[in-house]
Amino acid sequence: MKFIKYLFVGILFGIIMTKSEAVSWFRIQEMFRFESFHMYGIIGTAVIVGAILVALIKRFNMKSMYGEDLKLNPKDMSIPRYLIGGTIFGLGWAMTGACPGPMFTLLGHGTITILFVILSAILGTYVYGLVKDKLPH
Amino acid sequence: MGLIEFISQPWHWAVSGTAITLVMITLLRFGGEFGVSGNLRTFIAMCGAGSHCDFFDFKWQDQIWNLVFVGGAVIGGYIAIKFLASPEPVQISEATQAYLSQHGISTPQTMDEGYGFVPAEIFDDLSMVRNWIILILGGFLVGFGTRYAGGCTSGHAISGLSNLQLPSLIAVIGFFIGGLLMAWVILPNFFLN
Repeated sequence: MKFIKYLFVGILFGIIMTKSEAVSWFRIQEMFRFESFHMYGIIGTAVIVGAILVALIKRFNMKSMYGEDLKLNPKDMSIPRYLIGGTIFGLGWAMTGACPGPMFTLLGHGTITILFVILSAILGTYVYGLVKDKLPH
Repeated sequence: MGLIEFISQPWHWAVSGTAITLVMITLLRFGGEFGVSGNLRTFIAMCGAGSHCDFFDFKWQDQIWNLVFVGGAVIGGYIAIKFLASPEPVQISEATQAYLSQHGISTPQTMDEGYGFVPAEIFDDLSMVRNWIILILGGFLVGFGTRYAGGCTSGHAISGLSNLQLPSLIAVIGFFIGGLLMAWVILPNFFLN
Protein backbone atom coordinates (compact mmCIF):
# COMPACT_ATOMS: atom_id res chain seq x y z
CA MET A 1 0.00 0.00 0.00
CA LYS A 2 2.94 2.36 0.54
CA PHE A 3 3.43 2.32 -3.25
CA ILE A 4 -0.07 3.51 -4.15
CA LYS A 5 0.88 7.17 -3.83
CA TYR A 6 3.58 6.63 -6.47
CA LEU A 7 0.98 5.09 -8.75
CA PHE A 8 -1.14 8.23 -8.47
CA VAL A 9 1.78 10.58 -9.14
CA GLY A 10 2.73 8.36 -12.09
CA ILE A 11 -0.81 8.61 -13.49
CA LEU A 12 -0.61 12.39 -13.12
CA PHE A 13 2.77 12.33 -14.89
CA GLY A 14 1.36 10.33 -17.83
CA ILE A 15 -1.49 12.82 -18.16
CA ILE A 16 0.96 15.75 -18.03
CA MET A 17 3.25 14.16 -20.66
CA THR A 18 0.23 13.76 -22.96
CA LYS A 19 -1.43 17.14 -22.41
CA SER A 20 1.91 18.97 -22.61
CA GLU A 21 2.47 17.22 -25.99
CA ALA A 22 6.01 16.33 -24.84
CA VAL A 23 5.17 12.80 -26.03
CA SER A 24 4.96 14.05 -29.61
CA TRP A 25 7.68 12.98 -32.08
CA PHE A 26 6.67 16.06 -34.09
CA ARG A 27 7.26 18.36 -31.09
CA ILE A 28 10.75 16.90 -30.62
CA GLN A 29 11.67 17.47 -34.29
CA GLU A 30 10.29 21.00 -33.99
CA MET A 31 12.36 21.61 -30.85
CA PHE A 32 15.65 20.42 -32.34
CA ARG A 33 14.93 22.44 -35.50
CA PHE A 34 14.29 25.59 -33.37
CA GLU A 35 10.94 26.09 -35.09
CA SER A 36 8.75 26.50 -32.01
CA PHE A 37 9.13 27.74 -28.46
CA HIS A 38 6.74 25.10 -27.05
CA MET A 39 9.23 22.50 -25.70
CA TYR A 40 11.67 25.20 -24.54
CA GLY A 41 8.79 26.83 -22.69
CA ILE A 42 7.94 23.56 -20.92
CA ILE A 43 11.49 22.64 -19.93
CA GLY A 44 12.43 26.27 -19.15
CA THR A 45 9.40 26.76 -16.88
CA ALA A 46 10.02 23.43 -15.14
CA VAL A 47 13.66 24.36 -14.46
CA ILE A 48 12.98 27.94 -13.29
CA VAL A 49 10.08 26.96 -10.99
CA GLY A 50 12.11 23.90 -9.92
CA ALA A 51 15.21 25.96 -9.08
CA ILE A 52 13.15 28.38 -6.96
CA LEU A 53 11.40 25.55 -5.08
CA VAL A 54 14.62 23.57 -4.56
CA ALA A 55 16.34 26.71 -3.22
CA LEU A 56 13.42 27.24 -0.78
CA ILE A 57 13.49 23.56 0.23
CA LYS A 58 17.20 23.86 1.09
CA ARG A 59 16.74 27.22 2.82
CA PHE A 60 14.03 25.81 5.09
CA ASN A 61 15.67 22.38 5.30
CA MET A 62 12.50 20.55 4.28
CA LYS A 63 12.47 16.80 5.00
CA SER A 64 10.63 13.95 3.32
CA MET A 65 7.27 12.91 4.77
CA TYR A 66 9.21 10.23 6.71
CA GLY A 67 11.57 12.82 8.23
CA GLU A 68 14.59 11.88 6.08
CA ASP A 69 16.78 14.23 4.04
CA LEU A 70 15.50 14.80 0.52
CA LYS A 71 17.39 13.13 -2.33
CA LEU A 72 19.11 16.27 -3.61
CA ASN A 73 22.63 14.84 -3.62
CA PRO A 74 25.29 16.56 -5.75
CA LYS A 75 26.32 14.55 -8.84
CA ASP A 76 29.95 13.43 -9.28
CA MET A 77 31.86 15.70 -11.64
CA SER A 78 33.08 14.41 -14.98
CA ILE A 79 33.08 15.82 -18.49
CA PRO A 80 33.41 12.79 -20.83
CA ARG A 81 30.75 10.78 -19.04
CA TYR A 82 28.01 13.41 -19.27
CA LEU A 83 29.02 14.79 -22.66
CA ILE A 84 29.41 11.44 -24.48
CA GLY A 85 26.53 9.73 -22.69
CA GLY A 86 24.33 12.78 -23.19
CA THR A 87 25.17 12.94 -26.91
CA ILE A 88 24.30 9.26 -27.39
CA PHE A 89 20.97 9.79 -25.61
CA GLY A 90 20.30 12.94 -27.70
CA LEU A 91 20.77 10.95 -30.92
CA GLY A 92 18.20 8.40 -29.75
CA TRP A 93 15.81 11.06 -28.46
CA ALA A 94 15.65 12.90 -31.80
CA MET A 95 15.41 9.61 -33.68
CA THR A 96 12.51 8.04 -31.78
CA GLY A 97 11.03 11.36 -30.60
CA ALA A 98 10.71 9.80 -27.17
CA CYS A 99 12.71 10.10 -23.99
CA PRO A 100 12.00 7.47 -21.29
CA GLY A 101 8.94 9.16 -19.66
CA PRO A 102 7.05 9.62 -22.94
CA MET A 103 7.96 6.07 -24.04
CA PHE A 104 5.87 4.60 -21.28
CA THR A 105 3.11 7.18 -21.73
CA LEU A 106 2.88 6.29 -25.45
CA LEU A 107 2.48 2.65 -24.48
CA GLY A 108 -0.62 3.72 -22.54
CA HIS A 109 -1.90 5.46 -25.68
CA GLY A 110 -1.90 2.09 -27.39
CA THR A 111 1.05 2.96 -29.65
CA ILE A 112 2.12 -0.68 -29.80
CA THR A 113 5.32 -0.18 -31.83
CA ILE A 114 6.77 1.89 -28.98
CA LEU A 115 7.32 -1.51 -27.33
CA PHE A 116 10.23 -2.05 -29.76
CA VAL A 117 11.73 1.22 -28.54
CA ILE A 118 11.26 0.27 -24.88
CA LEU A 119 12.71 -3.23 -25.34
CA SER A 120 15.74 -1.94 -27.23
CA ALA A 121 16.23 0.78 -24.59
CA ILE A 122 16.36 -2.03 -22.00
CA LEU A 123 18.89 -3.84 -24.22
CA GLY A 124 20.93 -0.62 -24.55
CA THR A 125 21.04 -0.25 -20.76
CA TYR A 126 22.09 -3.89 -20.43
CA VAL A 127 24.90 -3.52 -22.96
CA TYR A 128 26.06 -0.35 -21.17
CA GLY A 129 26.26 -2.38 -17.94
CA LEU A 130 28.42 -5.00 -19.68
CA VAL A 131 30.90 -2.57 -21.29
CA LYS A 132 30.80 0.17 -18.64
CA ASP A 133 34.34 -0.43 -17.31
CA LYS A 134 35.86 -0.05 -20.79
CA LEU A 135 34.30 3.41 -21.36
CA PRO A 136 35.75 6.79 -20.31
CA HIS A 137 33.86 8.13 -17.28
CA MET B 1 -17.28 24.87 -19.87
CA GLY B 2 -17.09 21.81 -17.63
CA LEU B 3 -13.93 20.78 -15.78
CA ILE B 4 -13.17 17.83 -18.06
CA GLU B 5 -13.61 20.01 -21.13
CA PHE B 6 -11.32 22.62 -19.56
CA ILE B 7 -8.55 20.09 -18.83
CA SER B 8 -8.98 18.53 -22.28
CA GLN B 9 -7.76 21.64 -24.08
CA PRO B 10 -4.07 21.59 -25.07
CA TRP B 11 -2.10 22.90 -22.09
CA HIS B 12 -0.07 26.10 -22.23
CA TRP B 13 3.65 25.35 -21.88
CA ALA B 14 3.88 27.28 -18.61
CA VAL B 15 1.13 25.10 -17.10
CA SER B 16 2.86 21.91 -18.32
CA GLY B 17 6.28 23.01 -17.06
CA THR B 18 4.94 23.92 -13.61
CA ALA B 19 3.03 20.62 -13.42
CA ILE B 20 6.22 18.65 -14.17
CA THR B 21 7.99 20.51 -11.35
CA LEU B 22 5.18 19.60 -8.97
CA VAL B 23 5.67 15.93 -9.87
CA MET B 24 9.38 16.29 -9.08
CA ILE B 25 8.73 17.99 -5.71
CA THR B 26 6.06 15.42 -4.77
CA LEU B 27 8.46 12.54 -5.46
CA LEU B 28 11.17 14.25 -3.35
CA ARG B 29 8.68 14.75 -0.53
CA PHE B 30 7.79 11.03 -0.72
CA GLY B 31 11.50 10.26 -0.22
CA GLY B 32 12.08 9.34 -3.87
CA GLU B 33 13.46 11.34 -6.77
CA PHE B 34 12.40 12.23 -10.32
CA GLY B 35 14.28 10.14 -12.88
CA VAL B 36 12.60 7.78 -15.32
CA SER B 37 15.53 6.11 -17.12
CA GLY B 38 16.86 4.45 -13.93
CA ASN B 39 13.89 2.10 -14.19
CA LEU B 40 15.46 0.38 -17.20
CA ARG B 41 18.42 -0.64 -15.03
CA THR B 42 16.11 -1.66 -12.17
CA PHE B 43 14.09 -3.86 -14.53
CA ILE B 44 17.25 -5.65 -15.73
CA ALA B 45 18.43 -6.15 -12.14
CA MET B 46 14.99 -7.54 -11.26
CA CYS B 47 15.41 -10.10 -14.05
CA GLY B 48 18.55 -11.38 -12.32
CA ALA B 49 21.38 -9.83 -14.37
CA GLY B 50 23.18 -9.03 -11.10
CA SER B 51 24.44 -12.62 -11.02
CA HIS B 52 26.84 -12.01 -13.92
CA CYS B 53 27.21 -8.22 -14.10
CA ASP B 54 28.11 -5.99 -11.13
CA PHE B 55 26.29 -2.98 -12.56
CA PHE B 56 23.00 -4.80 -12.04
CA ASP B 57 23.95 -6.21 -8.64
CA PHE B 58 22.18 -3.79 -6.31
CA LYS B 59 19.13 -3.80 -4.07
CA TRP B 60 16.55 -3.27 -6.81
CA GLN B 61 13.80 -3.75 -4.22
CA ASP B 62 14.56 -0.18 -3.05
CA GLN B 63 13.54 1.08 -6.50
CA ILE B 64 10.15 -0.63 -6.79
CA TRP B 65 8.44 2.69 -6.06
CA ASN B 66 9.89 4.07 -9.31
CA LEU B 67 8.63 1.08 -11.35
CA VAL B 68 5.19 1.73 -9.84
CA PHE B 69 5.52 5.40 -10.87
CA VAL B 70 6.25 4.34 -14.46
CA GLY B 71 3.32 1.90 -14.40
CA GLY B 72 1.23 4.92 -13.38
CA ALA B 73 2.57 6.84 -16.40
CA VAL B 74 1.24 4.09 -18.69
CA ILE B 75 -2.19 4.32 -17.04
CA GLY B 76 -2.02 8.14 -17.16
CA GLY B 77 -1.35 7.96 -20.90
CA TYR B 78 -4.40 5.78 -21.34
CA ILE B 79 -6.62 8.09 -19.25
CA ALA B 80 -5.36 11.19 -21.07
CA ILE B 81 -6.13 9.77 -24.50
CA LYS B 82 -9.42 8.13 -23.55
CA PHE B 83 -11.00 10.88 -21.44
CA LEU B 84 -8.96 14.06 -21.84
CA ALA B 85 -8.05 14.09 -25.54
CA SER B 86 -7.68 17.51 -27.16
CA PRO B 87 -10.30 18.43 -29.79
CA GLU B 88 -7.55 18.88 -32.42
CA PRO B 89 -4.23 17.19 -33.24
CA VAL B 90 -0.98 18.74 -31.93
CA GLN B 91 -0.45 22.11 -33.65
CA ILE B 92 3.02 21.78 -35.13
CA SER B 93 4.70 24.88 -36.61
CA GLU B 94 4.26 25.44 -40.36
CA ALA B 95 8.04 25.32 -40.89
CA THR B 96 8.39 21.87 -39.32
CA GLN B 97 5.33 20.59 -41.21
CA ALA B 98 6.75 21.79 -44.51
CA TYR B 99 10.17 20.26 -43.78
CA LEU B 100 8.66 16.91 -42.77
CA SER B 101 6.30 16.83 -45.73
CA GLN B 102 9.29 17.29 -48.10
CA HIS B 103 10.71 14.17 -46.48
CA GLY B 104 7.57 12.08 -46.79
CA ILE B 105 6.21 12.52 -43.24
CA SER B 106 2.69 13.97 -43.01
CA THR B 107 1.50 15.90 -39.96
CA PRO B 108 -2.11 15.03 -38.94
CA GLN B 109 -4.53 17.90 -39.62
CA THR B 110 -7.69 16.25 -38.25
CA MET B 111 -8.23 13.80 -35.41
CA ASP B 112 -9.13 11.16 -38.01
CA GLU B 113 -5.56 11.36 -39.29
CA GLY B 114 -4.08 11.01 -35.80
CA TYR B 115 -3.31 12.89 -32.58
CA GLY B 116 -0.03 14.26 -33.88
CA PHE B 117 1.97 12.26 -31.35
CA VAL B 118 3.75 9.78 -33.60
CA PRO B 119 4.11 9.80 -37.42
CA ALA B 120 2.13 6.98 -39.03
CA GLU B 121 4.80 6.63 -41.75
CA ILE B 122 7.28 5.44 -39.10
CA PHE B 123 5.29 3.94 -36.21
CA ASP B 124 2.46 2.26 -38.14
CA ASP B 125 4.36 0.70 -41.02
CA LEU B 126 6.52 -2.27 -40.11
CA SER B 127 6.89 -3.33 -43.74
CA MET B 128 9.76 -0.84 -44.05
CA VAL B 129 13.18 -1.88 -42.78
CA ARG B 130 13.92 1.81 -42.21
CA ASN B 131 11.25 1.97 -39.51
CA TRP B 132 12.63 -1.05 -37.67
CA ILE B 133 16.05 0.61 -37.64
CA ILE B 134 14.63 3.91 -36.33
CA LEU B 135 12.70 2.22 -33.52
CA ILE B 136 15.33 -0.33 -32.48
CA LEU B 137 18.53 1.66 -32.98
CA GLY B 138 16.88 4.78 -31.53
CA GLY B 139 15.68 2.89 -28.46
CA PHE B 140 19.10 1.31 -27.98
CA LEU B 141 20.80 4.74 -28.08
CA VAL B 142 18.32 6.08 -25.50
CA GLY B 143 18.94 3.14 -23.15
CA PHE B 144 22.73 3.14 -23.56
CA GLY B 145 23.11 6.93 -23.49
CA THR B 146 20.89 7.63 -20.49
CA ARG B 147 22.73 5.13 -18.33
CA TYR B 148 26.13 6.32 -19.53
CA ALA B 149 25.12 9.91 -18.71
CA GLY B 150 23.39 8.80 -15.50
CA GLY B 151 19.99 10.30 -16.37
CA CYS B 152 17.59 11.50 -19.04
CA THR B 153 15.39 14.56 -19.45
CA SER B 154 13.77 14.08 -16.03
CA GLY B 155 16.93 13.26 -14.06
CA HIS B 156 19.31 15.77 -15.67
CA ALA B 157 17.36 18.47 -17.52
CA ILE B 158 14.65 18.91 -14.86
CA SER B 159 15.95 17.54 -11.52
CA GLY B 160 19.65 18.23 -12.09
CA LEU B 161 19.31 21.74 -13.50
CA SER B 162 16.78 22.66 -10.77
CA ASN B 163 19.45 21.64 -8.25
CA LEU B 164 22.05 23.74 -10.18
CA GLN B 165 24.22 20.71 -10.98
CA LEU B 166 27.03 21.44 -13.46
CA PRO B 167 27.21 17.75 -14.51
CA SER B 168 23.55 17.96 -15.56
CA LEU B 169 24.25 21.06 -17.63
CA ILE B 170 27.05 19.17 -19.43
CA ALA B 171 24.64 16.26 -20.00
CA VAL B 172 21.98 18.60 -21.42
CA ILE B 173 24.59 20.13 -23.76
CA GLY B 174 25.29 16.55 -24.87
CA PHE B 175 21.53 15.94 -25.39
CA PHE B 176 21.53 18.86 -27.81
CA ILE B 177 24.73 17.89 -29.64
CA GLY B 178 23.19 14.46 -30.32
CA GLY B 179 19.69 15.78 -30.98
CA LEU B 180 20.82 18.47 -33.44
CA LEU B 181 23.07 16.01 -35.28
CA MET B 182 20.18 13.55 -35.63
CA ALA B 183 17.49 16.11 -36.53
CA TRP B 184 19.56 18.15 -39.02
CA VAL B 185 21.99 15.64 -40.51
CA ILE B 186 21.32 11.96 -39.90
CA LEU B 187 17.50 11.73 -40.11
CA PRO B 188 17.01 13.86 -43.27
CA ASN B 189 20.02 12.40 -45.13
CA PHE B 190 19.90 8.75 -44.20
CA PHE B 191 16.43 7.89 -42.92
CA LEU B 192 13.79 10.17 -44.41
CA ASN B 193 13.11 10.25 -48.15
